[in-house]
Amino acid sequence: MPEVTVELFVDIVLFSFLVSIALTIARIRNLFVAVMLSGIFSLLSAGLFTVMDAVDVAFTEAAVGAGISTVLMLLTLDLTTEQETDPIQPQIFPLIVALCTGGAMLYATQDMPAFGDPSAPVHQHPLADHFINTALQVEMHVPNMVTSVLGSYRGYDTLGETTVVFTAAVAVMLLMRGRRRFSQPSTIDAEPEEGVS
Amino acid sequence: MSTHGSIVRIGAKMLIPYIMLLALYVQFHGDYGPGGGFQAGVIFAAAFILYALTHGLKATKQVISPSIAEKLICLGVLLYAGVGIASMAMGGNFLEYGVFDHHDPSHGQHTGLLLIELGVGITVFAVMLTIFYNFAGRGRS
Repeated sequence: MPEVTVELFVDIVLFSFLVSIALTIARIRNLFVAVMLSGIFSLLSAGLFTVMDAVDVAFTEAAVGAGISTVLMLLTLDLTTEQETDPIQPQIFPLIVALCTGGAMLYATQDMPAFGDPSAPVHQHPLADHFINTALQVEMHVPNMVTSVLGSYRGYDTLGETTVVFTAAVAVMLLMRGRRRFSQPSTIDAEPEEGVS
Repeated sequence: MSTHGSIVRIGAKMLIPYIMLLALYVQFHGDYGPGGGFQAGVIFAAAFILYALTHGLKATKQVISPSIAEKLICLGVLLYAGVGIASMAMGGNFLEYGVFDHHDPSHGQHTGLLLIELGVGITVFAVMLTIFYNFAGRGRS
């Protein structure tokens, strides 16, 4: 079956790019390069989600991960330095924690059903049938079932998510503006604001 | 920021209308295709951020001022919650869109989804822009 072979090939290429980019980000000391690579990482993840037919997730990943967060990280670099300082001594403990967590996650994936397996528990549950058939033909008439589930069946949930986004903006405003007011007496920050240069 | 060449600025100007159009398409076509309020809000904000990157922060703040963006954040959440209150006032449960249309509940569902997605879109757009303004407003200079 050539179609499956092509998809497997695309998967292998995307995953090997992801792994090599992740390793490069971990090794590199230039933060500007790391930010750009993390943007590319997000874009490749979006490609991977598209291959897996999760178009809504891919859309979000491409717009937020590769777009907005890259810009925000670049702006953060403008506030700090471009070069990461070298650690004073090699950090062994974080490496052990990371390896243990990664190993535990790999071990846990052994219990997960194969991708697209029709006998997986999530496809056997009666709610899946309800969301796909009853929702589409009787209750909602909304072809994109992601929208109908997120907006209507789980409307509370999405209201909560919107409030989380709202809270995040309030927190950013408090953090970014509060500091300037408190440190007004110091001579460094008292200069008039000039915006992005 | 204004030292960029004209090619970048004109290229951005040509792209921005289409980015906005795509955002509106994603916003109002979320029932039928991939996308919805969240993605649309992010894309719409990306158009403004592209404008800010090429034309400067000051010009962007003239198009949409930070205080308006902050009010839009609240407006989106209020619109979403208001749809829930409205459905309660019309005799349904909180966020039960079926009551918006007495003849065919699925039409009411479409109305409710359109409104709450609009609320999500407005909030996400304004939040992204506000965060951008707050980060960009404090350069090293």
